[in-house]
Amino acid sequence: MITTNYIGQPVNRVDGRAKVTGQAKYAAEFNVVSGITYGFVVSSPVTKGKITAVNTRQALSQKGVLQVFTHENVSGLAWFDRSYKDQDAPKDGSPFRPFQNNEIQFSLQPIALVVAETYELARYAASLIHFEYEVDDQLVVGLEQNLDKARKPKSYKVPVTKPRGDANEAFEQSAIKHHGDYYHGSEHHNPMEMHATTVIYGDDDKLTIYDKTQGVQNSQSYVKKIFGLSDDQARVISPFVGGAFGSGLRPQYQLFMAVLASLELKRSVKVVLTRQQMFSFGHRPATLQKVIIGASADGKLQSIINKAYTETSQFEEYTENIVNWSGYLYHCENVDFDHQIVSQDVYTPLDMRAPGGVTGVYAIECAVDETAYKAGIDPLEFRMMNYAEKDLNDDLPFSSRELMQCYLQGAERFGWRKRNPEVRSMREGHNLIGWGVATGAWEAQQMPVRAKAKLSADGKLTVSTATSDIGTGTYTSMTQVAAETLGLPIEDVLFKLGDSAMPLAPLQGGSWTAASVGSAVKLVCEDIRSKLFSMARKVDNSPFANADTDDVIFDSGKIISKSNPQVYLTVSEIMHQSGVNVIEEDTTSLPNMLKQKQYSRYTHSAVFVEVKVDEDLGTVHVTRVVSAVAGGRIINPKTARSQVLGGVVWGISQALQEDTILDNNIGRFMNHDLAEYHIPVNADIKDIEVIFVEEHDDIVNPLGVKGLGEIGIVGVAAAISNAVYHATGKRVRDLPIQLNKLM
Amino acid sequence: MNRFTFASVTDISTAIAELDEHDTPKYIAGGTNLLDLMKVNVEKPDHLIDISNLAFNQLEELPDGGLRLGALITNAETAWNKQVKTRYPLLSKAILSGASAQLRNMATNGGNLLQRTRCYYFYDTATPCNKREPGSGCSAIKGYNRIHAILGASEDCIATHPSDMCVALAALDAVVNVTGRDGDRSIPFANFHRLPGDRPDLDNTLGAGEIITSVDLPPNNFAQHFEYLKVRDRASYAFALVSVAVALEMDGNIMTKARIALGGVAHKPWRNTEAENLLTNQVAVMENFKKVADAITKDALGYGDNSFKIELAKRAVIRALMQAAGLEVQS
Repeated sequence: MITTNYIGQPVNRVDGRAKVTGQAKYAAEFNVVSGITYGFVVSSPVTKGKITAVNTRQALSQKGVLQVFTHENVSGLAWFDRSYKDQDAPKDGSPFRPFQNNEIQFSLQPIALVVAETYELARYAASLIHFEYEVDDQLVVGLEQNLDKARKPKSYKVPVTKPRGDANEAFEQSAIKHHGDYYHGSEHHNPMEMHATTVIYGDDDKLTIYDKTQGVQNSQSYVKKIFGLSDDQARVISPFVGGAFGSGLRPQYQLFMAVLASLELKRSVKVVLTRQQMFSFGHRPATLQKVIIGASADGKLQSIINKAYTETSQFEEYTENIVNWSGYLYHCENVDFDHQIVSQDVYTPLDMRAPGGVTGVYAIECAVDETAYKAGIDPLEFRMMNYAEKDLNDDLPFSSRELMQCYLQGAERFGWRKRNPEVRSMREGHNLIGWGVATGAWEAQQMPVRAKAKLSADGKLTVSTATSDIGTGTYTSMTQVAAETLGLPIEDVLFKLGDSAMPLAPLQGGSWTAASVGSAVKLVCEDIRSKLFSMARKVDNSPFANADTDDVIFDSGKIISKSNPQVYLTVSEIMHQSGVNVIEEDTTSLPNMLKQKQYSRYTHSAVFVEVKVDEDLGTVHVTRVVSAVAGGRIINPKTARSQVLGGVVWGISQALQEDTILDNNIGRFMNHDLAEYHIPVNADIKDIEVIFVEEHDDIVNPLGVKGLGEIGIVGVAAAISNAVYHATGKRVRDLPIQLNKLM
Repeated sequence: MNRFTFASVTDISTAIAELDEHDTPKYIAGGTNLLDLMKVNVEKPDHLIDISNLAFNQLEELPDGGLRLGALITNAETAWNKQVKTRYPLLSKAILSGASAQLRNMATNGGNLLQRTRCYYFYDTATPCNKREPGSGCSAIKGYNRIHAILGASEDCIATHPSDMCVALAALDAVVNVTGRDGDRSIPFANFHRLPGDRPDLDNTLGAGEIITSVDLPPNNFAQHFEYLKVRDRASYAFALVSVAVALEMDGNIMTKARIALGGVAHKPWRNTEAENLLTNQVAVMENFKKVADAITKDALGYGDNSFKIELAKRAVIRALMQAAGLEVQS
């Protein structure tokens, strides 16, 4: 039996101890030099207009205040937009540049950075800066109020699926007709760790930059381009990230400011945003979807039309894949989609966990549910009746799709068959009980990743690549892949990430990290294995002199003969006898595009929810959730489960609580702290069960892994909305479902 | 946050004397609200006087059978105190429905009475607010006002008082004992907080430099029939949209005495004794509860986002009365 078989095992987090004992350091915690200075950002109280005067005299007169940076004294930086574009920047538009000029384009825009010897002093001095403004009160804010300004963007991040069939005609001919407008407002990421950057200044402008980011190389290239630095001068490090959810996909302004101040002052600088300032940049965009569905009397989908409207800023065209899900999930021959944007006086939206998917699936999964009720068919059965056997959007077969098993196993565990189809049919005291279901889906993608591995003669392996671990468990799962591939005890493997000097890796996002980085780790370890094996064949009196790789296994730090387990060589023996101290490999893993493009590749889920709704007071409690996920091969069921749990919790949050409220009179998000921007507390979360459905897929990538970062949240808000309808008979089509909408 | 000096005092006369030596001094005890407000430049004291070592930390029996709660006892100690739990369970329940365990461990009883509104605009110095900056205007009236007042508001301010504890204290007819330059005085709870009128900058009737020393709970027979019902946007750690404290004295199914206080609806814990009296010597039935709920909300006024609170307040009053009277299981 192989003992170093780690893939599929619930291995504890290799960084768990460091995290719970406070040894894991985050961007703001690197106090590696004395004499570090502190920057505090001043945020604009005005939403739109111009700064007409700045007076920093009083602030600068404070002993210990080193400098105040504003548009008046920052110049000489890169001029072209392309220098400010990062890997996640929208294709069209001009990225926001702090201190570029006196123009204010959104509320809480950073308009000054105070740098002082202490944080407290910087914060105090910030309150002493006097600005004068010319306020422009012709604001464009509020998506629904500005639909007349909707337009097509120059380009889409993901192209809108082309129409197929004749959706309008098919709708007209349909026996069952449904249309509904589905809306949610803006939502902000709010990871526990606020955005922060610590820049350690070295001679000759050599900077070591500790940044909160989902991609150290993205941050590095951003500051290199803007400040004209070499790779050497801008090393970005981020070993731990206290949650990001997409907020770290683009370099945030504290990075720009900390680097600017460090270069100008030739000092080490730390800039940490406040919780309130976490509401000053990207967010999930407010989205309205007008969905029309036609079905035959026997419940077959005939027509799906979805026209989406999303907000963007005045300076960039942000889009996400919202409408295509309406054509992907089910078999429907006639579809027609459109997606328009509305520029507003807000910051550019930003990818937030399952960007587009969570929004698009919410609408279509509510609309399909409504159609099922109109057809008088059980909502789960309706979904199974309209099951897609291939991806009609791209006219491709699926690489794998165990969604039917998600429905069946989830339903079984939840007890769906005991459901009374009537609305308002279940009650407990003054609580109405409802059961709802929804489908979830997310793309299974693979990106090119380069990884380096180093095996030393003592049998210890180090593998590194410049990816990040935003709490997902990357350290752990990659350690498992490396240990299993080389047959080493897991304690002998060290996986390193989060340093721009490491081999090339993409942003950690899109649920592609386990698949992409995992494939690279596997590949580089296989290269080491080949080398080790050829060395093993050549040592004196090698038992494997005439052996083939198929004749041996790599286990417990040994190469062992398959036919006789008593015959083996240890890694140390092989290397010592070969006179080799270190075996090093450096490999790039590329997706097999030729194979992959012939298939539609997605991960899926079925989410079952029970809610209790207080009939008089309108309060909703989610008492039970079963999430059945088909996500390919599961590297670590423990961290995988955590991922899905977190997604479900966030889905509950989105369904019932989260909403950043814009005061349309002043264009300012008013609940900009965690007292009033509600997310669930422990008391809101009851039973959540996660099922991983068996799924094999040798097309998505060599590991057969599909990724779980987003799938947990997709579908949850729809399942809750559908359960609330089942409980109350009320369809609430705008999120969050707060109690006043049910009273 | 501005720079400030700090002094810790051990006797009340020094505490008061400290006030005269500074421009904008503030007392601090638990600091759970004051520090937050200082961080966002809403409160800008030049001097903090730490009063947490003063002797107002006793819980005493009163000769009339009541209980005196020292102003410096924490909310947690008060809520879990055996005397409070058995004789004033309404107060325990109200305190425990507020904030978090960590905050209740820090926050004091006196400080709870003095916490300031959670109005978004009051907290954001970028926006006009008459409470923060008299005369600058009220942003909430025409702005986003989901959490705002429906009773007793004025055109200058529609903020609410955020406390849970105070709603119970209002229902229990507590008395606030204070001391200051002019000596001691006692303020009936109903007169302690005030309505905004044209001076929303004043939350209460404390005189300049006065300190709360204790809160008296008069004896009562409410320990059997009570309820604190808090309706909010999540299950814990959120301020009340509407909360209701109900205390009943019952003889069989007849209510011999009834007190109802509402939180989250006004600039102060809301009592309407005229409405309460509708229940006196009446049978505890839904019909009577509806009458009193209608009477309490008769003059309620919504401002758009908070208009739902009027109906919510009615339903919450009815639910709380049903539960207090034992006609429904307590939540």
